[in-house]
Order: sequence, then C-alpha cells, then structure tokens
Amino acid sequence: MTDSKYEVVIGLEVHTELKTNTKIFCSCSTEFGGEPNTHVCPGCLGMPGVLPVLNKRVVDFAIMAGLALNCQIAEFSKFDRKHYFYPDLPTSYQISQFDQPICKNGYLEIDINGEQKRIGINRIHMEEDASKLVHGGASIATSSYSLVDYNRGGVPLLEIVSEPDIRSPEEARAYLEKLKSILEYTEVSDCKMQEGSLRCDANVSVMPKGSKEFGTRVEIKNLNSFRALKKALEYEVMRHIQALEEGEPLIQETRTWDENKGITLSMRTKEEAHDYRYFPDPDLVPVIISREWVEEIRRNLPELPQARKERFMREYGLPAYDASIITSSKALAEYFDACVALYPEAKTVSNWLMGDLIRSLNAEDQDIRDCRIRPEMLVEMLRLIDNKTISGKIAKTVFEEMFQSGKKPADIVKEKGLVQITDQGEIEAMVDQVIEANPKSVEDFKSGKEKAIGFLVGQVMKLSKGKANPNMVNELLRKKLK
Amino acid sequence: MSLYEKTIHELHGMLIKKEISAEELTKDVLARMDQVEDKVKSFVFREEKEKAIAQAKGVDEKISRGEKVGPLAGIPMAYNDNICTKGIRTTCSSKMLADFVPPYDAFVAEKIGEAQSVFIGKTNMDEFGIGSSTESSFFYPTRNPWNLNLVPGGSGGGAAAAVAADEAVFALGSDILNPAAFCGVVAMKPTYGRVSRYGLAGSTSSLEQVGPVTKDVTDCALVLGAIAGHDPKDSTSAPGDVPRYDEFLTGDIKGMHIGIPKEYFGNEFDPEVKDAVLSAVKKMEELGAHVDEVSLPHTPYVMSAYHVIAAAEASSVLARYEGVRYGYRREDVPDIEALYRTTRTEGFGPAVKRRIILGTYFLSSGQIDVYYKKALQTRTLVKEDFDRAFEKYDLLVSPTCPGTAFPLGTQADDILNGTGLYTVPPCVAGIPAISLPCGLVQGLPVGLQIMGPAFAEEKILNAAFAYQQRGGFPRIKPSLSGEGK
Amino acid sequence: MAVTIKDVEKTAFLARIDLSEEEKNKFTEEIKIILDHVENFVDLNTENIPPTINILPLYNVMRDDITRPSLDKNAVFQNTSHEEDGMFKVPKIL
Ligand SMILES: [Mg+2]
Ligand SMILES: [Zn+2]
Repeated sequence: MTDSKYEVVIGLEVHTELKTNTKIFCSCSTEFGGEPNTHVCPGCLGMPGVLPVLNKRVVDFAIMAGLALNCQIAEFSKFDRKHYFYPDLPTSYQISQFDQPICKNGYLEIDINGEQKRIGINRIHMEEDASKLVHGGASIATSSYSLVDYNRGGVPLLEIVSEPDIRSPEEARAYLEKLKSILEYTEVSDCKMQEGSLRCDANVSVMPKGSKEFGTRVEIKNLNSFRALKKALEYEVMRHIQALEEGEPLIQETRTWDENKGITLSMRTKEEAHDYRYFPDPDLVPVIISREWVEEIRRNLPELPQARKERFMREYGLPAYDASIITSSKALAEYFDACVALYPEAKTVSNWLMGDLIRSLNAEDQDIRDCRIRPEMLVEMLRLIDNKTISGKIAKTVFEEMFQSGKKPADIVKEKGLVQITDQGEIEAMVDQVIEANPKSVEDFKSGKEKAIGFLVGQVMKLSKGKANPNMVNELLRKKLK
Repeated sequence: MSLYEKTIHELHGMLIKKEISAEELTKDVLARMDQVEDKVKSFVFREEKEKAIAQAKGVDEKISRGEKVGPLAGIPMAYNDNICTKGIRTTCSSKMLADFVPPYDAFVAEKIGEAQSVFIGKTNMDEFGIGSSTESSFFYPTRNPWNLNLVPGGSGGGAAAAVAADEAVFALGSDILNPAAFCGVVAMKPTYGRVSRYGLAGSTSSLEQVGPVTKDVTDCALVLGAIAGHDPKDSTSAPGDVPRYDEFLTGDIKGMHIGIPKEYFGNEFDPEVKDAVLSAVKKMEELGAHVDEVSLPHTPYVMSAYHVIAAAEASSVLARYEGVRYGYRREDVPDIEALYRTTRTEGFGPAVKRRIILGTYFLSSGQIDVYYKKALQTRTLVKEDFDRAFEKYDLLVSPTCPGTAFPLGTQADDILNGTGLYTVPPCVAGIPAISLPCGLVQGLPVGLQIMGPAFAEEKILNAAFAYQQRGGFPRIKPSLSGEGK
Repeated sequence: MAVTIKDVEKTAFLARIDLSEEEKNKFTEEIKIILDHVENFVDLNTENIPPTINILPLYNVMRDDITRPSLDKNAVFQNTSHEEDGMFKVPKIL
C-alpha cells in the first residue's frame, strides 16, 4: 500500500497491565470486573495524607519484561509525578517514571515476508493506570455527566515505547503481535486486549523517501485491537500521502480511531496547554537494582516464543510453519503441549489446531483460554477417529458441537447417533440401493469415467447420514462394479 | 496548682498512685477549655465531653484493675487539624476540607490511641500549614495566650496555644517550633523519617514531620517516644528501633560541644532576643558544655531553597483537591473544567492559592531547572554544612525565631516576614530540633532552638533538659490578657 | 527574571485556579517580590552537586504483593453526595 515515493515512520507506545494481586502503590486487588469502587482505599482514592508504597512484584515483572525484550536494566531507577487534571486521576498526578526508567535500549524481532527485522525498544517504565469512566450518553462528548469507578486506578502498568523503527502498518501489527506473545510468555500480563490489559498508541509520520527530515508526527490513541492498529495506520498513512501530494499542511496532533467510520479524527485537545511538570515523587524512594536481582530473575525466566518454537520442531518434528504459528500464542502452545502429552501424534494435533480450532476461535473472537474444547476433549475425539467410532468427516461435526456446547465428544456421538457404520451387511445394503437408483453413473464408471465413483460414494454417505465408514463404502462399490 | 497546669509526668505519677483519676483530670482540662477557649480559639473541633470522659474512664478501669498503663494513658491531648482522625472531621483549617471525615487514622493518631491518651479536640492552624501566624485559617485566627492581640505563630499555632493556655496537656502538630517559641512551650521537630507521615494531610512531602508540643522537656521525650517508629505505610519512614528518650534525660552535658552558627545571629528583629539566647548558652557553658562559634556558609540560600521546594510540593500535593470524591464542591457547574476551577478557586484561601501558583510556576517547563532543581542542589549544600558542623559539634544552638510574637494582622506575608529564618534550616536538612522557652522579652516568651544531627533526638532532649532543669528558667504561665476579639 | 501577568495567567490555568483581574495584578507583583528573594541562589554554583530528593538515603522500600481489605462502600462515599450506581458522578467531560 505504501507509495514507493514515501517512507512511513511508526513508533508504538504500548501499555500493559501487570498480573499482580495488588495495585502498584496500595494493597487493593487488581481483579478485573469487580463491582465499581469496591477495590479502593484511601490511597487509591487520593485522600489527604495517604502515601504510596511500591509493590515489589511490579519491579520483578518490569525486570522480567525488560530481559525478555533484550533491554538494559537500570541500576538506579526512580518514580516521578506527571501532573494533569482529569477525573480518572484521583491525585491529579500520575506516578510514572520520567528520566530514569527501569529498562532501556531493548529490541524484539519480527518476521516480515520471511525475513527477520529488529525493532528497537527505547524504554520500558512502570506507572499506575488511570480509573474507568462510564458515560451517561453514547459517548464522552454527548454525555451530560460521567461516572468514575476507581477500581482500575493504580493497577500497575508497563509502558513499552518502541523506537521509530517500524516502516509499515503490517510491521506495526507484527510488532504488537510479537510483543503480546513475549509478554504472555513471561506471564507478566494476560494481555487481554478486549479487557484493556494491553493497549496501544501509535506515532506516525510520512516523509518523501530519502528525506532527512521526518514528516509531521501524529499520535493515534487507543488502538486496542490488531485490526484497529493496522486499519488506523493504513488510513493515516493514506491521509498523510494525500496531503503531501496536494501540498496541504498536516498538523502535529493527537487523533482517535473511529472504528465504525473507518477514519481517524482529531481529538482537538489543547496540546499547548499541557505542562506535565514532572518531578521526582518525594513520597517514594529510589529503586536500586543489583545485578544479583537481575540474574535471579533471568534464571527464572520462562521459555520464550523462539525457544519454544525450536523445541516444538526438535521434539515433535513439527514443520517450522506449524511451530511458529502454534508458539505465537503462549496459550495455544500450552494447549498444544497438553494435547501432545495425551496423544503423541503431534502433526495430527497441529493440523486440528491450525485448521478448525483457530478458525473457530477467530470466527467467535474468542481467546483459547476461554475455549470450551479442553485438550483432553480434543484428544478423545482424535481417538474416536482412530478407533473408527467416527469418521474424519463426522469429527468435524463433533468438533463444531463441542466448540459450541462444551459437551464431551463421546456424549455428542451418542446423543446424535453419529457412531460410524462399519457393519459389512448394512453398508452392502445401502451400496446395492445406490447402484440400483443410479444406473447412469454406474454405466459411466464402467466405461472408464473414474470420477463417477466419487458421486456414488457420496450418495451412499448421504443415505447413511454421513455415518458409513467411507473406506468400506469405496471398497464395496468398486468390488460390486468390477 | 490545678490539674490542668501539670505536666504529663507529674499527672502520670498521680494517676498510677491513684491520687487522681483520669476522669477527674479530663473534666478539669475540659473545664479549663470552657473557661479560656473563647479568648484563645485554639480549637477547630472539640470532642464531645461524654466521649472524652468515657475514654478517661476506660483508663481508670485499667488502673483500678491493677493493669500497667503507659506514661500517656489518661492524659488529655489534641491533634493539629492536619492529622487525620478516623471518623472525626479533619479540615487542615481549610474551607476545602471543612466537612471532610477521613475513614482512616494517621499513624501518630493510631499510636496515641494505643498509648490511651484522652482525645479532646483538633487545633487550629494556617490553612494547609501555609503561613506563620495561624491567620490564614479558614475559621478564625488563634490568639497568643501571652497577649491576645498577638499571633500564636504558625503554621501549627493552635497546638502551641492550646498547650500554653492549659487547654490540653500536650498536642501533636507539624511546623510547631515557631509557635512553641511564640507561646512559651516546648516542641520538637524530629528527624525526617523518625515519625511516620501517614495520614498527615500536609502541603509538602519532604519538609514536614509531626512532633510533640508539651509543657516541658520530659513530656516532650515521653510523647516523642510514643509516636516515633517505623511505619510500613510511609516509604520515607526510617527503619530501626526507637530509643527510650526519657532514659537519656540525665541533665549531664559536661564536655558536650555546642556550636553557635554565626550566620544565625545579627538578623534579630529585637536585640533582646539575642541576649536571652546568649544567656541561655552561657548557662549551658556553666553546666560544662564547650561553646564555640561555627559557620553554616549556605545559610543565605536556605530560605530560597525552602520556598521553592515548599511551593513546588504544595502545588503537587494540593492538586488532589478538585471536588470529585470529597471536600468542597461547587454545585451547578456545566462541565468538569468548571468544577475544578470553581472548587479550587472557592475552596482555597489566598495564601494557599498564591503558593500553588508559585509552585506551579517553579515546576513549569523552562523554570524547573532554574528553580526546583537548583533548590534540591542547594538543599544538598545546606545538608553538607550541617554534616560538617556536626563533625565537630554535638549540637547547634540558636534562637528559634528572630523575634517574639507579633500583632495580629501585621505580618500576613509568611514568605517575607522572616519568622522561619532559623526553623526552616532543620526542615530543609531533615535534622531534628527542639524549641524551649529561655526567657521573656517585654513579657513575651523567647524560644531557644537546639539542633542536632539526624537521629540524635536523645542528645538534644538531654541538653534541653539540662538547661531547663538547671538553667533556672522557671515554667512560666501566660496571663491570657489582652483584648481578645 | 521578570514574571508577567501572562505567566501568572498560564500558571493559574495549569493549577485550575481562576484569578480576577485584580488578583492577577496582585499575584504578579507578589510573585515578583518572592522571585527576587529566591533569585539569590540562581547565581550559586551548584555544578556537579547532586540534588537531594529524599532526605534519608533509603532505597528499595517495597511491600509484598498481598491484598488487604479495601474500604467498605459507606466509607468510600461518606464524603460526597454525588454518588450514582456506586460511582462518583462528575459533570460533563469536555
Ligand atoms: Mg504513560
Ligand atoms: Zn487502594
């Protein structure tokens, strides 16, 4: 899509909620979806005189993420206050990190058209999340009032800022997918984009190829799905190119993605009116990270996607393509591991995962962790195929039913009477019936039209409501028509 | 002598010997409050009498059962109104918090609760601690018990006035050295981190500490012992054990090296203040201390650093008062921005607003390095001055204030009136200091300030004790004269 | 450094405080005087002097990741009359 005359420069800022029990600076629960304002205390309500105390696990997780993203871990790090008034921010300042973030200078590698590309990570810092606003009307702008739920306020976040190394919306998507996968593997975040535990802002500019000067930078806020990220960037790049072509000025601004209209819109904020007045939070003390601390975390770092991919190829003999798709999501890889532990035909498992399972999940926009088909159920279904209780074709029906209802495959087969017919006599009777009813096709086959047999098999299967063993049907037909 | 005039240690002795009951004592102090509060106006909240008496009775029961009680048990006391008290209105003497009831106790309030003192009320202060005369209180100014036409000092003026007027046996507050000097009582600002700031609704983070206001040095040691200690809810709280401060009060200061910062003399509004302080120093010399002049070369920059840090931190800390969850709120506003502006414009008084704007300016882009960063660097130099001085000297002695209490309505400008000239440096450097009375000038008390290195409270207390016990300065009582309103 | 009414206006906006014309003038004058006072350290040489942010040399003050009970609902809303559906009600957000 990118016009060869232009170069696109993209940087992403990703916020991810950490999977801690408690908030970053108080001991309230971080649990998602509680009754409004039930996970709040004087601290996270910003009441007078109440002081922040840092959650150690947040630092552990930040170090872990930093290591997984090849960052340098700071020896000295501190917290700063970022000031602005907004109803989702109870103290009117966010405790964040300004000039001494915990991690710097990392990178991750993305796969673009079969080639590896390294995207730099400028920094990772720790900060507190803002609270949730609920609007009376359809949107913030049309509501006559809003409601504040402080449950999310103070949930720990990592802000991961990429270098402006990304050159296309596709690369942006690949970066975000890879980042999500790495964060999931380290288990610092559950990265549920639907629940907002992984959120993305993008900075984008377009300049003529070879130009030394960057184009006008626009920030697009809240790109909270892979699709939105890619679509919004595509739109924005197109808008910039159009403006450049027509010699129209672009303004540096913050925009938002309108999913319904498929366009970005100016947020018309008074940019110049912001002055965050960052200064070190005097209620907190610095974090000094010894190399022993870092090494301790490095030792306990879980297997990362690349390592797991290599293991799947080595241990299970999976092709590189299968291994890379299955390991792209930690949950999927774990699902696979669980299946293979029960059923060692790795390639068969892989085929079902990469085919029906991923297709069904995508169609329903469902996370594998919420999938009703548990590994043991899938394996049970594979065994039913192996012992010829059901055919591969029937298995597709069973799979669909399992996915919808979560019932066990054996029960589905029983309930719906899907047991494969393997009785020689029963099949023979149906074969005779079909030969009788289709003299034309029989003739065709006998005169050498091989294709006609397919039609006849199909007719027998239809007659048996798909339950006849297809191999037996085939064999019997050929024998009778010889 | 009436009960309400007595010290904690005197009263404790009488309580455990069952010569008096806590109930009797509490009633006596409450009666005293009834008698003088209209004149002094130390309090912004008075605990219901029945509730106070019920607390006292609880202690009496313990004593009658033969249970051991601590030195503060049954002693009527007050908190400055920036110390959060669970279920009890805590206002910081501001319209902003005029109806605010915290659902939590400050660390020090919890400690005093454990010590079983009898809570009798909350005392007045400059709004959010911004001021040095208690005149910026939203409610009313407090009067100096020595002369009701004068200010009690500030920002914690109500606490000092209440103790001076015998309306409470002791009080807790922050920023109390200057009021203690003006009101002729004892107060201590502990080392930064020695006492938890949890629940102190201050206007700064790095400058304030809660400390005792008491009638004598022994009481000061007892109260400090009760409120000091590590608090996991305050990240800046010092770890480690708390000494039994009262056990260090030997009165022996023989061989102690005392430094007189030369930069602290010569700026007095009143030369008699200097004389009073120097004659106290002389007494300490007679008691065996070696006294020498010492230089704290960065003294001229301390106030600048303080004003910048105090204003910057205030602009940040006070940003949370925006009307959404608690505190003053204007109704009938069209949008959130209007809510913020009206709430803050109407809820804060002029001194607070000025400090917030000043602090916002100091932190704004383009200014932060000129002012704020510079102030933090200056603080390092000020600290180093003290560190060097304490290599040679055990303690430093100065006036608490350059003058005595001034008339109401005359020195509203807390930044320029110079009252904090000597009490500010210990705040900036985080070191402990005590103020105790060392004489009268024209019938008004003069404060003697003794500063020490970080966590040397016991040394300071012992030097103050020696002076108080053997220096011959009597425990004097104010007359509560003057016109009042 | 001369502070102007414009500086005071901008600063007051950042602090969400409205000032009348009279107050703007008064504050500008007062702030000028204060800045003059504070100015004396602008020339102080602080090169290579580290800032003192925390008085005590404490670091790594952290708590374990263990939940503690949150406030009960009455306490959460006891200081406001602007509650709706268990949330804090605020006027229109621009
Ligand atoms: Mg951020
Ligand atoms: Zn909380």
